[in-house]
This record gives sequence, structure tokens and C-alpha cells, in this order.
Amino acid sequence: MKIAVCIKRVPDSETRVKIASDGKSLDEAGVKFILNPYDEFAVEEALRRKEQAGAGEVVVVALGPAAAQETIRTALAMGADRGVLLQVDRIPADGLEAAKALAAELKGGGYDLILFGKMAIDDYNHQVGPMVAELLDLPCVTTVAHLEIAGARGTAEREVEGGVEVVEFTLPAVLTTDKGLNEPRYPALKGIMAAKKKPLDTKPTTVGQGGLEILALMPPPERKDGKIVGEGAAAVPELVRLLREEAKVL
Amino acid sequence: MSGVLAVLEQRDGALRKVSHEVVTGARRLGDALGGTVDALVLAAGAVGGSADQLGAFGADKVITLTHAAFGRYAPEGYSRAIAEHVRAGGYRAVVFAASATGKDLAPRVAARLGVPLAQDVTDVGVESGAVTVVRPVYAGKALLKLKLAASPALVSLRPNVFTPVQRPKAGVAESAAAAVPGGGGGGGGGGGGRVTVREVKAAQAGALDVAEAPIVVSGGRGLKEPANFKILEELAGAFGGTAAVGASRAVVDAGWRPHADQVGQTGKTVSPTLYIAVGISGAIQHLAGMRTAKVIVAINKDKDAPIFKVADYGIVGDLFEVVPKLTDEIRKLHG
Repeated sequence: MKIAVCIKRVPDSETRVKIASDGKSLDEAGVKFILNPYDEFAVEEALRRKEQAGAGEVVVVALGPAAAQETIRTALAMGADRGVLLQVDRIPADGLEAAKALAAELKGGGYDLILFGKMAIDDYNHQVGPMVAELLDLPCVTTVAHLEIAGARGTAEREVEGGVEVVEFTLPAVLTTDKGLNEPRYPALKGIMAAKKKPLDTKPTTVGQGGLEILALMPPPERKDGKIVGEGAAAVPELVRLLREEAKVL
Repeated sequence: MSGVLAVLEQRDGALRKVSHEVVTGARRLGDALGGTVDALVLAAGAVGGSADQLGAFGADKVITLTHAAFGRYAPEGYSRAIAEHVRAGGYRAVVFAASATGKDLAPRVAARLGVPLAQDVTDVGVESGAVTVVRPVYAGKALLKLKLAASPALVSLRPNVFTPVQRPKAGVAESAAAAVPGGGGGGGGGGGGRVTVREVKAAQAGALDVAEAPIVVSGGRGLKEPANFKILEELAGAFGGTAAVGASRAVVDAGWRPHADQVGQTGKTVSPTLYIAVGISGAIQHLAGMRTAKVIVAINKDKDAPIFKVADYGIVGDLFEVVPKLTDEIRKLHG
């Protein structure tokens, strides 16, 4: 099993968002960056598939700034074999441009599986995985929460509104992973030490601007101050009255 | 061309509610661009009553593209057929739903057409002839305003945000068999290609998804144990089929509730009309997932819990007393 996992360096989910002076981007001062949580499921799944097959290689690929080397080392510490950083100054807002750069790197790599997290928790673009699949003309299943593979065929389950879709596909394939697929391992000290010696290839990369132009990054509208209706069950009739007469939602 | 295409969703031959929202969003773009709105539905056969219904929401024409394999979502067949329809129609914009299917389908169509995609948008507009969108990023902690410089401009709309507006106008219905090439040379066939949806295992009959329900009742650690979610299910049930039960990350991570129910940064972002947070303290990553609800109610025993800062109405108290009382009152309303 030769598996590629595409990962992204993102601000920690606890980050308090401060908008930079350009009014278009995040002020990164003091922000802690992590491996995108959905990508952890992809890395874990790749490691398990390789372990089950008893042989193979897990290659981690990231598009990002030089600092994303650290993110790649995290995946290497979990157990991936080697990393590739497609180094850019800034990740474009247009997911198709990111997909093109990744597809160019992955093309002809002989991968049985190419895994992505279902989305990145910073831009919420939710698109790069299936775009890479289209660019490479590979079958693709997104938001996979359960996976079985036998030979060159796989069955995946993905959550849809009010149910679960059971999807059959052929390998090689692109899959994007959802929470629930597995429980990602924590890098052990041994893994962290080993990761330092694993190969990490940095390739300066040029990405196009694409067709999405950022006009502004804005704080969300403040919610107007609410009120405490009262204490305990005695306050319920007044709450229901307010929901009906003031908020008009009942 | 300044036409807008609305890509609809059906399940079991019936249009999904989110399709009305997609037509509404497409109409808004169509009006701003000065163009017509076509609504496209892919199905195995006729989709009942859709033309009149969609006409009323703003579609000028409703096109049903039929194929034996289009009864269920067929990722490769759908994306190929839609991309070809968009090319042939020369549309200026294409609007999808940011549903489980739409979020899977739209990127495929975008890559096929070689144009960018703005997913999960909460607002659309036109400025100096270009389509603009607003989309929540960083789990709703900020909003990104983007201009789509390409044509067609592809967008998917967050469910529950574009309130369907009725217009007194009927659409014209059109139906065509989809000519989708078979396999060979990649891309797959209509349905028998490399990716096939074998079945859709339905959750409990009539269960609403938290991302699409008009009312969401969510529970957190304050419920103390998984079995106690029964009181939230009873409250949700009292709304007569319009409410879903959600959960905080803490209780999903503890295995009390399925991940499908999680509201927050690593779960779902919801925008219901009414969100009732029960026994949820309101961690920043939970607030990120529900702060766009129209009205928020919080029930918590800790008067200093952060959830009260975003709630429109709060009750400080023991949820095991407050929630059953609320259920009774709601039942009275619904007779």
C-alpha cells in the first residue's frame, strides 16, 4: 500500500481571531498552529492501512509556508515515512489553485490511496480533495466515517442528512476523512525522535492567484445582549411567552 | 449570458427542502445579474410537482435530467452531466446547496469546469458585475467576503440561511434524458462507474439533521449521563417534527452521542430559527457552531457560564426541572 496524505497547517481551534491591519487576513501574532484536526484522521487511517498490509509507504504532502515543516514532522512522528513540503508564501483563497499544486506533485506517484481531511478548520473550503481527484481523474469519496478495503475495491460510509450513504469505489482512489473514522494516535517520544531523521523534501512552489479575490475579513456581527428570564422551572412560562410574542419563533 | 443555474436535490423522487433555498438564492443572483433562473434536478424519473412549486420560488424553467442511475446520488455521473449542462447553457453562475451531497458535488463540477468555488456561503450579491459572497471562516469566528472573478461563478449555500420567498409565478417544466457516456477514458459512467452509492441507510424515520432542522435542542455535560438525553429528545419531540437533538463536543468525545449530532468547530455549524442549549457551558468552539442561530436560549445552572453571553434568553437553574416543564409548555402550544 502506497498512500499519500495531504495535510495542512492551521491555527488552533482555540484561537481568538484577530484581523490583521490589511483587513483581509488573520493576524498571526501569538497564534498557535497545529495539524488540521480532520487531517489527523487521514494520517491515522493511512498508518493503519499500511500496518494491515504489512508493507508500503505513507507520504505526507503539505502545501504551505516554511513553518509547515513542523506540521509535517508531527505526521512523521505519528509514523508516516517521509514528507514533502510544497513551499509557498501564502495559500491561495481559491481551493482549485491549491488542488492544482497538489495534483501536480501527486501525479504519477503510484499511490493506491490519496487521503485528505474532509476540510480545513481555518478556511472551511471543503473542496481540495475532490478537486484533486477530478484533476487526476481518480474516483473519490468524501467525508468517510467508515472504511473497508479488500484488494482493489473499497466500501465507505459517509453521513448524509438523516442517514448514512454506503459507497463502493475502486482503487486507486481519493478519500476525505471525517471524525469517527478512527481514533488518531498521539506521537510517542520514540516517534518524535525518529521523525527528526525522516526525509522531508522542501520544494519551492508557485501557485496561481486563481479566481477568488479576498475583499475583506470581518468579525461576525455581535449578538445583541440577551436577558436572564429567571431562575428554575418557574421561569419557563415567561420564556415561552417571550419566544412567542417577542422573538416570534414559536 | 447572464443566466443562473440552481442545482437541486431530490431523495426518493421528492425534492428536498434545501432545494427551495437554492432557488431563492439563485433568484437573488439572477435579479442582480439581470438574468433568468433555470432549476436543474437529476433523477431517475419525473420529480412530482416540481415546476409549479419551484416557479413559485423564482425558477423560470425547471429542467429534469433523467438517467436510470440518477435515482441516488451518482458522484461521477452527476458531476459530468452538470458540467456539460453548464457549458452548453453558458450560465453566469451556478448555485448548489452546501449539503452533504452539494459539498461533495460542487468541487467536482468546479474542477471539471476549471473555475473556483465558494462553499457554504451565507450571503450572495453582485458588485460591479462580479458575483460576491460572504462565508464564515475559522468556524464562524470571522466572515470572509470574496469576489468570484471567473465565469461561471460557483457557490454553495449554507442550509437554513436563504429563507425561501414565494413569488406569484409558475415555472415552465422541461425534461430530458441525460446522455452520459459510459466508462472508458475515466470519469465513469452514469452510475456504474468507479464510485457507486449502493444504499442510503436511513436514520430513525423522520429524524431531522441538526444542520437542517429549524429548531435544535443541544445537550452538554450538564446532562450528567447519556441516558438523560431522553429529556432532550422529549423536548425536541414536543415541537412536532421540526426539532433535532444536537450535542456538545465534550459529550460526543465521551461517546454519549454520535458525531453526526455534534455542533461546533469540529462538528456542524448550524443556523436554526431557535437553538436551545441545555447544560452546555459554551466553549468558544461550540459557540462558533451555533452563533448564527436566529434565537438562542440557554438553560444552565451556572449563571456565569459563557453561553449566557450569546443567548437571547436564559434560565438559570436545574435543567432536570426546567426542561420537563418547558416540554409541557411546548406540548400545550402544539395541542
